[in-house]
Amino acid sequence: MDAQVLVKSPAAWRVAPNLRDYEDARARFSWEAAERELAGLPGGRGLNIAHEAVDRHVLEGRGAKTALRWRGKRGERKDLTYAELSAATHRFAHALAGLGVHAGERVFSLLGRIPELYVTALGTLKHRAVYCPLFSAFGPEPIRARLQLGDARVLVTTSALYRKKVAPLRASLPGLTFVLLVDGGGESDTLDFHALLARASERYEIQTTSPEDMALLHFTSGTTGRPKGAIHVHRAVLAHHVTGALALDLHPEDIFWCTADPGWVTGTSYGIISPLTHGLSSVVDEADFDAERWYGLLAEERVTVWYTAPTAVRMLMKAGDALPRRFDLSALRFIASVGEPLNPEAVLWGQRALGLPIHDNWWQTETGGIMVSNYAAMDVKPGSMGRPLPGVEAAIVRRLPDGGVEEVSRPGVEGELALRPGWPSMFRGYLHEDERYRKCFASGWYLSGDLARRDADGYFWFVGRADDVIKSMGHLIGPFEVESVLLEHPAVAEAGVIGRPEPTIGEVVKAFVSLKDGFTPGEALRRELLAHARTRLGAVVAPKELDFLPTLPRTRSGKIMRRLLKARELGLPEGDTSTLEAPA
Amino acid sequence: MNRDALKKTVLDALSTVAPELAPSTLRPDEPLREQLDIDSFDFLQCIVEVDRVLGVSIPEEDYGRLATLDGFVDYLARRLAAPGTQSSLPTQESGR
Repeated sequence: MDAQVLVKSPAAWRVAPNLRDYEDARARFSWEAAERELAGLPGGRGLNIAHEAVDRHVLEGRGAKTALRWRGKRGERKDLTYAELSAATHRFAHALAGLGVHAGERVFSLLGRIPELYVTALGTLKHRAVYCPLFSAFGPEPIRARLQLGDARVLVTTSALYRKKVAPLRASLPGLTFVLLVDGGGESDTLDFHALLARASERYEIQTTSPEDMALLHFTSGTTGRPKGAIHVHRAVLAHHVTGALALDLHPEDIFWCTADPGWVTGTSYGIISPLTHGLSSVVDEADFDAERWYGLLAEERVTVWYTAPTAVRMLMKAGDALPRRFDLSALRFIASVGEPLNPEAVLWGQRALGLPIHDNWWQTETGGIMVSNYAAMDVKPGSMGRPLPGVEAAIVRRLPDGGVEEVSRPGVEGELALRPGWPSMFRGYLHEDERYRKCFASGWYLSGDLARRDADGYFWFVGRADDVIKSMGHLIGPFEVESVLLEHPAVAEAGVIGRPEPTIGEVVKAFVSLKDGFTPGEALRRELLAHARTRLGAVVAPKELDFLPTLPRTRSGKIMRRLLKARELGLPEGDTSTLEAPA
Repeated sequence: MNRDALKKTVLDALSTVAPELAPSTLRPDEPLREQLDIDSFDFLQCIVEVDRVLGVSIPEEDYGRLATLDGFVDYLARRLAAPGTQSSLPTQESGR
C-alpha cells in the first residue's frame, strides 16, 4: 500500500510553504523559539488565547481586516472585522463580569454556526472563564450530562434549543445560573444576549492570565462510561498557531474554511482559534453539508485553504467528478482532512477531481492540536497520516505486562501511537477524573489508544483504535484497512468492519456496508464485494461476512461506530449513543 | 447423485467462501486451499455448507481426504453410496 507516492515539487507551489523542508524544520524547531511569534498580553500580563486571536491584530493595525465571513442558511451574509470581533468580545467579557461570573467558571455554548458562537467563545476567554462548546444537535441527555460534569455556570443558546432541550432539565442543573438567549426569546429565567451586550462597554482589559490557566473544556466520548471533559489551557494557543502554520500552511492572506462544527474540538482549535491567530479571513457556513453548496462556497469565497473531514470528502466523491468542474476552484491551493483516516482513494480523488491531493492529519481531543500531518512541501503517501509536527515526538509503543510501555523502533510494526508529553496543547486533565487522566500515561508517554505503524521513511499509518482491532487466527487485523478496500468498490458508500467473536479463531472479520444510489443489496453483490475484498486483501484480512445496511451508524464527528455495529451484531445494549447521528 | 452434481455442489460451497472462484482454472488434483487462498476457517465453512446441502456430516478426521476437488468428490460419492452412514469411512479407505 506504500506503492503510490504523490511527489511534491516546488514548481507546483503557489505560495512558498511555511514548512519547506521537513527534516530541516524539525531539526531547528523549538517551542520556546516559536513562542516569540505570539504577542503576549500587553504589560507582561501573561498569555491569553483571545488576545492572540483577536486583539493583537487590532493593536497592530489590522483591525479593518475581515476576521469572519459568515454565510447563513438562507443565503444571508455577515462579515465581522477584527475590530468588530474585538469590540463584541470585549462586550461579552464585560457582560460576564457584570453577572458576577468568575475566572475559571465554565461558560457553555449550544449554538449552530452563527456569529454569536464566536463572540461567546472568545469573550469567555477574555474574561478568563472556561469555554465549553456543545454540539447543537445533541439531545437533552448528553447536554445534561455535559452541563453537569462540566459545572456549567452560564449557557448561551437559542430560545428554540433552550425550550426543546434545556428548559425541561433546568431543575436538575442548580449550578447553571445564567442562560443567555441570542434571539432574546423571553423564556422565563433567561437573559437576552444582545441586550446584555448592548449595555456592556466595548472597552475591556484582559486581566493577568497565566499560560497554564484553564481555557477550554472539550468533552470526548470514552470507549466506556460517561463523557470525559478534556482540559486545555491558554498556552495551547501556541500549538494552535504553530500547527496552523506548519500543517495547514496558513498565511495571513489566506481565505480559510474549516468545515468542522465548533461543537467539536476541530471546530474550536481550527474553526476559531488557529486561523484568527494568523490574522486571516475565515469562512463560516451555517448550513449543513450539501455538495453543490460547498463547491459554490469554495468558489465564491475564493477559499485558498480548506480543512474538512473524510466523511465530507467521500460524500463529495459520491456526488461525482463532474460537479466540481462547474465551479471555479482556482483559488484553492491546499486541502487537509481530519476526523478519521482518509483512505487512499479519497486522497487521489482530490488530485483527480479538484486538482489537489487531500492532506490527512491526525490528532485527538486530548492533543488539542494537529500532531501528525502531511505537509504542503512533503511527498504524500496516500493513506498515511504523515509525519509528526516539528516539536512533537511520536512513537509506536507496546504495552508491557507491568503496566509500562516500550518503544518499538523497527519500521512496519503495529503498536500504540504514543506522544512524548510537553507540547503546549496537551490536555492537562479530565475534569474531576484524575484516575482516567493518569491511565493515559505510562513510561513517560501519552498513550493515544490508537494503533498505528511507522514505515521506514518515518510516515505513520493509522491501523485502528486499540479497542476496535480485530484479532483473528492470531493475526491482528485493522478494520480501516479492510474498510478502505471495500470503499474502493464502486457500489460501496460506507463500510464498517468489526471482529465478531467466534470460538474457534477468536474473531471473524465482519463487514457492514451501505450502498451508493443505484445499487441494490443482494446475494450477487454481497459475493462480489467479498470477492473484491478477498482478492485485494487475502483470506486472512478480508471479511468473511458481509451485511448490507441502509446507512452505517456514525458519531456526530463522522466516525463510523464500529463498537455499535458490534453491539448490535451481538445483541448487546448499545451503550451511550448520544453522539450518534440519527440511528439507522 | 452423479459425480458432476457432486462436483457442482462442492464448487458452489467453495464459492460461498471464495466468491471469486473461477472453476475452469481449478486443477482437480491440486490442493484446493492453496489454489483458492482459503484458510482453515473458510474450509470449515465450506464443509458446513456441503453438509447443509447434502445432509452428509463429515467428521473432522476425514478432512484430509477433502484436500483436492477430486478427493472431495470421491469422498462424498462413497459416503452417499452407503445410505444411513453418518460415521467416518472405514479406515482402509483413507489412503493415508
